[in-house]
Amino acid sequence: MPVVTSFRWLSEEEKYERFMERINAGEKIEADDWMPEDYRMTLIKLIAMHGISEIMGALPEKEWVPKAPSLRRKLGIMAKVQDEMGHGQLLLRVAEDLMAPLGKTREEIMQDLFKGDLKFHNVFHMPAPTWADAGLIGWLVDGAAIITQTNMLDASYGPYARALKRICAEEVFHAQHGESIILALAEGTKEQKEMLQDALNRWWEALLMFFGPGSAATTGTSKQDITIKYRIRTKTNEQLRQDFFTKYVPRILSIGLKLPDETMHFDESKGKWVYKQPDWNRFKEIIRNNGPKSKERLRLRELSYHNNAWVREALSGQSAAV
Amino acid sequence: MEGRDPTMKITKPEELQQHPEYKEVLVELLFQLADDDFILSYRGSEWLGLAPHIEEDIAFSSINQDTMGHAAMYYQLLEDIGIGKADDLAHQRPSSERRNAVLLEEVNGPGHYLSEPRYDWAFAVVRHYFYTQAKKVRIDSLKHSSYEPLAQVAVKINMELYYHLMHWRTWFIQLTNAQGEARERMKKAVAKVFEDFGGVLTLGVKGDRMVEFGLIESEKILKQRWVQAMKPVFAEVNLDLPSEFGMKRGNGRNGEHTADLDEAIMTLSEVYRLDPLATW
Repeated sequence: MPVVTSFRWLSEEEKYERFMERINAGEKIEADDWMPEDYRMTLIKLIAMHGISEIMGALPEKEWVPKAPSLRRKLGIMAKVQDEMGHGQLLLRVAEDLMAPLGKTREEIMQDLFKGDLKFHNVFHMPAPTWADAGLIGWLVDGAAIITQTNMLDASYGPYARALKRICAEEVFHAQHGESIILALAEGTKEQKEMLQDALNRWWEALLMFFGPGSAATTGTSKQDITIKYRIRTKTNEQLRQDFFTKYVPRILSIGLKLPDETMHFDESKGKWVYKQPDWNRFKEIIRNNGPKSKERLRLRELSYHNNAWVREALSGQSAAV
Repeated sequence: MEGRDPTMKITKPEELQQHPEYKEVLVELLFQLADDDFILSYRGSEWLGLAPHIEEDIAFSSINQDTMGHAAMYYQLLEDIGIGKADDLAHQRPSSERRNAVLLEEVNGPGHYLSEPRYDWAFAVVRHYFYTQAKKVRIDSLKHSSYEPLAQVAVKINMELYYHLMHWRTWFIQLTNAQGEARERMKKAVAKVFEDFGGVLTLGVKGDRMVEFGLIESEKILKQRWVQAMKPVFAEVNLDLPSEFGMKRGNGRNGEHTADLDEAIMTLSEVYRLDPLATW
């Protein structure tokens, strides 16, 4: 008991020491607990980016929701994209709690997105010009997301870990939804097969980039070290990319698709996949909102935000009057 | 002419072979029901990612899914009768064969769903709310339809409608009772929706036969119930409820439609049309 009551009298260093003891003991940190500034800031950045990526991620698939080729596919993709928005909402709520002591709200998250200060995942800057892209996003982008998110399921920050558990459960359905679209195309007509191979060729580099650069040396910055120190994640970017290859390369080949990288092979002696590096300079450009669809999608988001300003005003007036 | 027997029930699609006239009228009704939900769900799906806030995006998307599911159930009933495959009925028919109300095909507002959409949330709320109330009245009547497979579908749909109706009523009252810009926008949207709302409430030229065969109650009764349900809400938001509703841009039940529907069909069938025989 005395330990608890005296915590507020500890020096900052002692508080930090206690905090690290909890982290190393595998304890969960909760929203109201004391936490060092860089832990809070790292989490805000990570979770806001994750949340906003889910929301921006709805936009490439949005194109295909009204166009899905059957009633069953229409229902499937509607449910899938709705889940993504739901994940976005769940994560923004987690980020909002972390931002509250700083006097910040969701409004700041949206403004940061519009200003370009808050990034979203590289994959959602890419075009999705065919129905096969819609399937591929579900299958491989969500498949990649499952791998990175599973890596954080035991994150030291409790609210994030719990949100991820729910999200991962749904992502498994998404990957199945995507796989079902992909299998229909892979077993379909010549045109359908070509459409599928084109989509894979188009998405390959973005999928490799999805896991982030191997080290800070590649792009100048990396959050890997701090997130591992604070037990937010366990594996490095490269380990995750290797896991992705191990899981998906055999599946890609088994449905008759060709890998867009001819140099790719598994090096038995090193126990690693050898592959052609994506263009990391291009990656930097993409996440700076200079990707092929960055401006267009931000424009959609921003336009709807301004277009509906009168609704938010009406709602806030309402709550003030109550 | 087949005689009218108020206790007649059809329990299976196969029995329809003995009642060709009944079947023809039933098919007409099913197309109205299917096409209404299908096209409005499509319009709703264009809103994805563009709703006033993220929470609404999720709720609206859920309603659109339910509505598409309802359309799929009606198309399936048509497939079971032997009219064609549900997917073909949804994707292949030209606008002249569609039976949805014109109000439901109208675009959400200026712009395209992928480029510069300036969609009108007031119109979305009013159109969805008024339609959902009309759908509720219709479904309550269909629960006693002489075509039992339809009555069973109505019972299923009814469970979800409760939430849809509550959702749209909440938005309608909140925004209409807000002052300033919101109220003005809502009043404009109400006037706009009423111009074509007659098209939602009509059962078309075969309406009388539908009633005779006990498929659904009369247009007049359904309309009265709609008005009864809306009266207290209009009083709450201090607006006048008209007694007559227009069909300014035509009667969709007779296959009269606008260019908005042609464009919608082109979009929603874009992938399907690449190869209607392929498995997707």
